[in-house]
Amino acid sequence: MERIPILRMGRLLLVTIQVDMHDQLALALQDDLTNRIVRDRANGVLIDISALDVVDSFIGRMISNIAAMARVLDARTVVVGMRPAVAITLVELGLELPGVRTALNVERGMALLQSENE
Amino acid sequence: MAQTDSQGLAKILIEQEQQLVAEWMANLMSTSSSAAGDVRLADQCTHLLRSLRQAVLTGQTRNIQGGEWAEVRQLLTEICYTRARQGATPRETAIFVFALKQALFSRLRESVADPALLAAQTLLVSNVLDELGLFTIEVYQKGREEVIARQQQEMLELSTPVVQLWDDILALPLIGTLDSARTQVVMESLLQKIVETGASIAIVDITGVPTVDTLVAQHLLKTVAAARLMGADCIISGIRPQIAQTIVHLGVDLEDVVTKATLADAFAVALRKSGAAITRAATAR
Amino acid sequence: MVLSTGVVLSTGTITITEERVVPLRSSEDVVRLRQVVREQAVALKFSLVDQTKVVTAASELARNTVIYGKGGDAHVSLLLNGGKHGLRLRFVDQGPGIADVELAMKDGYTSGGGLGLGLGGAKRLSDDIKIVTGPAGTSISITKWKPF
Repeated sequence: MERIPILRMGRLLLVTIQVDMHDQLALALQDDLTNRIVRDRANGVLIDISALDVVDSFIGRMISNIAAMARVLDARTVVVGMRPAVAITLVELGLELPGVRTALNVERGMALLQSENE
Repeated sequence: MAQTDSQGLAKILIEQEQQLVAEWMANLMSTSSSAAGDVRLADQCTHLLRSLRQAVLTGQTRNIQGGEWAEVRQLLTEICYTRARQGATPRETAIFVFALKQALFSRLRESVADPALLAAQTLLVSNVLDELGLFTIEVYQKGREEVIARQQQEMLELSTPVVQLWDDILALPLIGTLDSARTQVVMESLLQKIVETGASIAIVDITGVPTVDTLVAQHLLKTVAAARLMGADCIISGIRPQIAQTIVHLGVDLEDVVTKATLADAFAVALRKSGAAITRAATAR
Repeated sequence: MVLSTGVVLSTGTITITEERVVPLRSSEDVVRLRQVVREQAVALKFSLVDQTKVVTAASELARNTVIYGKGGDAHVSLLLNGGKHGLRLRFVDQGPGIADVELAMKDGYTSGGGLGLGLGGAKRLSDDIKIVTGPAGTSISITKWKPF
């Protein structure tokens, strides 16, 4: 089964979602990521969704869950690169991802995580 | 019966074409100033008369919406659009068709001797041309609606400038009432500008928004939420005392949003957040 | 007297100019439907935001069809109403039906372990929603028109 790759950079994990995810793939990512946070002793997770042109309630919920689970494992999550049309649609959908931090791009997201972990 | 009526009418349309066009034009010149100015009037009249004849020959005179009348409708639409652009009123456009009615009536009176037949044909002409007259009004209306829709769209785009105040700071000065359509445009242009400039703080200034009701407040909150999802913070500024009162009375929750009374205050906060500061030059005069 | 015409009035009859049927059995089918809806929305020259809205609504409803309706079909139709273009999506299943439609439309309501934004969310993302449901199955259709 295909998997979404997770890159490690120091104590940060970077996930770049580049495919239109079906539900099983999203659930597999949730599994993989929590495992990697523990294994790599990561304290930050960056999820880059700049390639996604649709985020529906299922994927939105998956992102919220990852952030919540990471928090329990003492890692901070930042979602970066959400497209304007996706942001407008999510708000209209009533899904404002409370508790998930956001940044404009990977660079800003990384700076945000590093400033907090110092 | 209807078939023979339309055959007879078609015959007149063929044989007396020249006279019809001449009379039609004379009628037009005397009633409508905009028609008089059109150099292609004779062409338009002849052309329309011929396609009318084709349509009448098919015998389908009860319904001008059918395929038999497509060419007539097409021609009339073109003529109406040109007229409307030149500033003609719907009345003037409709007169273009009704003037033909007078011409046809007088032709019929001269050519048809049998009173029963004359009555039947007069009725036929009357029905067909009334329908065509109404058609011109519909086309005119449609043209106007298109113009209005286009202008609305243009106005929406015009009325929402996003300006960059500093490297990291954008401002969106809102003027006028916020409805759903406008909120969408405002949101889109703000978020797009955030992507383009890489700004992390946006100030939404509502000094120019006359009233803030629950709906407007909701729209503002949506904009703030969408910007946050992209990783930018919003500050709402320009909140007048009355608006502060209404917001509280309406029970709108602005707890999670940074609000400032003036754009200047908001700008100062935004600068501080982005690590910049304004100081007075030491060598004051 | 006939006053309405298909060509002139914007309140004329709605005609379907093209229809495609996408089967919905698994969550991969939901992805395929998203792509089909995106193609059609692009073909109609929908704005980027409206494309995203209608694709997202399609995704929500398609997942309902797969999970609650035990699979079904999506009918993607291009509409013409006077000069106005639109997109209609109809989701048909033979599942057990929705017990309380009004309750299901409410945000936060779910019978399947989700957040329950499916129906209410799809309604807010489209111009019009129509639900016909019973013990023999459910048909939900949403329409989105191009504004100008």
